[in-house]
Amino acid sequence: MDLVLSILLGVVVAATPLAFAAIGELVTERSGVLNLGVEGMMIIGAIAAFAATYGTGSYIIGSLAGALAGAAMGALFGVLTLSLMSNQVATGLALTLFGLGLSALIGQSYSGVSLPRFPQVHIPILTDIPFVGPLLFGQDGLVYLSIALVAGVSWFLASTRAGLILRAAGENHDAAHAIGYPVIGIRYLAVMFGGACAGLGGAYLSLVQTPLWVENMSAGRGWIALALVVFASWKPTRVLGGAYLFGGVAILQLHSQALGLRVDPQILSMLPYLATIVVLVVISRDRMTMTLNAPACLGRAFHASS
Amino acid sequence: MTDAPILKLQGVTKTFPGVIANDNVSFAVGEGEIHALLGENGAGKSTLVKMIYGVQKPDSGEMTFRGKPYAPARPFDARAEGVGMVFQHFSLFETLTVHENIALGLSKAEAARGDLRRRIIDVSAAYGLKVDPARLVGTLSVGERQRVEIVRCLLTGPKLLIMDEPTSVLTPQEVGVLFQTLRRLASEGCSILYISHKLEEIRSLCDRATVLRGGRVVGSCDPGQETTRSLAEMMIGATLNTPRREPVEPGAIRLQVAELSLTSDEQFGVDLENVSFNVRAGEILGVAGVAGNGQTELMEALIGERTLRFPRQIQLDGVPIGHEGPKARRSRGMCFAPEERLGHASVPGMSLWENTLLSAGASNDLAPGGIISIANASRFAGEIVGALNVKTASVRSAARSLSGGNLQKFIMGREILQNPKVLIASQPTWGVDAGAAAAIHRVLLELAKSGAAVLIISQDLDELFTISTRISVIAGGHLFASQPTEELTVETLGLAMGGRSKEIRAAREAAHV
Repeated sequence: MDLVLSILLGVVVAATPLAFAAIGELVTERSGVLNLGVEGMMIIGAIAAFAATYGTGSYIIGSLAGALAGAAMGALFGVLTLSLMSNQVATGLALTLFGLGLSALIGQSYSGVSLPRFPQVHIPILTDIPFVGPLLFGQDGLVYLSIALVAGVSWFLASTRAGLILRAAGENHDAAHAIGYPVIGIRYLAVMFGGACAGLGGAYLSLVQTPLWVENMSAGRGWIALALVVFASWKPTRVLGGAYLFGGVAILQLHSQALGLRVDPQILSMLPYLATIVVLVVISRDRMTMTLNAPACLGRAFHASS
Repeated sequence: MTDAPILKLQGVTKTFPGVIANDNVSFAVGEGEIHALLGENGAGKSTLVKMIYGVQKPDSGEMTFRGKPYAPARPFDARAEGVGMVFQHFSLFETLTVHENIALGLSKAEAARGDLRRRIIDVSAAYGLKVDPARLVGTLSVGERQRVEIVRCLLTGPKLLIMDEPTSVLTPQEVGVLFQTLRRLASEGCSILYISHKLEEIRSLCDRATVLRGGRVVGSCDPGQETTRSLAEMMIGATLNTPRREPVEPGAIRLQVAELSLTSDEQFGVDLENVSFNVRAGEILGVAGVAGNGQTELMEALIGERTLRFPRQIQLDGVPIGHEGPKARRSRGMCFAPEERLGHASVPGMSLWENTLLSAGASNDLAPGGIISIANASRFAGEIVGALNVKTASVRSAARSLSGGNLQKFIMGREILQNPKVLIASQPTWGVDAGAAAAIHRVLLELAKSGAAVLIISQDLDELFTISTRISVIAGGHLFASQPTEELTVETLGLAMGGRSKEIRAAREAAHV
């Protein structure tokens, strides 16, 4: 029982940063921008959150700093790709490399420092219920925030006029422009929201998961988040499911020895990507569902004159 | 119609880097008037209406709308004032529903007023524009999409409706329905600014016409009192030299197609059934038909984009070539000009000289030994530009930077200057202005005269009557036996294209024998 509980708690911890980063990227992509710099935005968020928490002693200020730093990275990406019209794929890759390098530079003075444990919610009675209590009512605040964020994005895209306009910009930017919506402005907001979410995901890594600053600590999670968006076929609620599935695979890797699984950990770490490829193949089989799911203007530069 | 103009433009000028799109344009649209804006490609029609709709701002000049100064900064402002616009390339979102698409085109307050779904149904019912609010736009036909655009405009209660080339994508039947709607709107007091270069339509629909050339207003007229010829001459500012077909003595059969059947690989395509025909040297065979009756599939089979099982189904000068791909067919002296200018007949982002390499690389030795000869390709591109009077800054300009008519002239020139034995062209003058169309027709006639066999697939009956020696009709994947052009009238062809009359059924049976 204790082993199962610790595995499930581990899954939540592994899934939350993925959920943050992926829901942000989902909003970015639905607006028509492909930002491959999630990894870079996450790691900058991680070091900013760690440094701010270390300096102020406040986890709230730390988390905010992570989100702001991620949003700043997103804004940088926006300036390059939306205003200066640079290639989105190349710029995204550069953003990742830039983020990894910059975070290592800033992080030099923080290596070996550790933070106290991130406070967890404790609701009397509820949290004390065996097994279910700690799982449902004893998590840290960021976990609940990530779930609320997914629900909020899901509602925003499906039920609000602003969400409809955002989807329209990703679907057909020329038409959105012709009707009179500010495509570039919408995309700036979406990219910065994506950056803030990735930053929060990074903050979760350095504040909760370890809680230490380690160089390159994002360790490919930004890429998994990118894969997750496709895996979820651009649907918010599926992102959450996918995050927990992929988080589960990561934890399985850690516990495979203890569980007596005779699978190489390398194979397990390939699973999220394999699953993404399989899902891509499945949804691409039917052209109609593919065109219905993927934002049609994804990755295409927009200029008002064309 | 009243005398007070609803929209008045005074000295409107708009320049883009290097071009004056509109130069001191003044004209007025009366209330309840259907006003045509006529002009060749690049005459400045689109820029002008974009300014009226608030997509672009004039550099100088004044507009008044309903007696008040009018300077919309954004399309929202224009719509708030009562100006609606239906775009040539629809501004619709395929993965959204009709309802969502319409909501996007309305202001926030307008979209929130009452039950939008109910209002869509009411307006569409009132004007006979049937649309289902819950359908995804991606699943609608082109005609239905246009209805969505119009309904979206009507919901804002427009006083002026701008239609940019609305009929270029419609079947003749859909055009008829559209015209009824427009006439009804005009009778209710809504003015319509109608952009087109289909002169026949403008003559039958519009009350007045303003003619633009090179960004300036060069005249205005009552199109009903003019002939298509005089309208065309006003547009191009020169006497229109409509090429005339001279009787030819047909030579030997060059292209023979026998019992060609082909299953379409498109979801909504049309299967070809037992298509047989031949084209002799010196002849131009016209294939008439409403779009989507097997023309795409016939073109694919003739170009070799889809190869056939039996080589004998297509023969060039008696040699079976049905199994060969496009490159092999080209090397035998066939040339092709597919319908879609950008993307099929040319690579939009490549320069003109690079585009010559695509189809004329082998025939004109533009890449000897696999190494591109920029000098040869540029020279050949220059020849084309000179021969057809293509308006372009240089042969280094990207294909997409040319206007539709000029790019089409370039593509036709590229194929024709290779001196093909057989030329196959689909919609050679689609969306091309009268001057460019006449130029293309002239070179086609010259090519045939020099002994080539030419096949033209077109929806434009005037075009086919101008240049074809014989015309046959394609309907539902069947190709009816051709008849000499002299023995045909537009009416009989129109009936055959609809595939309704008794004679046609008889002809169909005869074709099966």
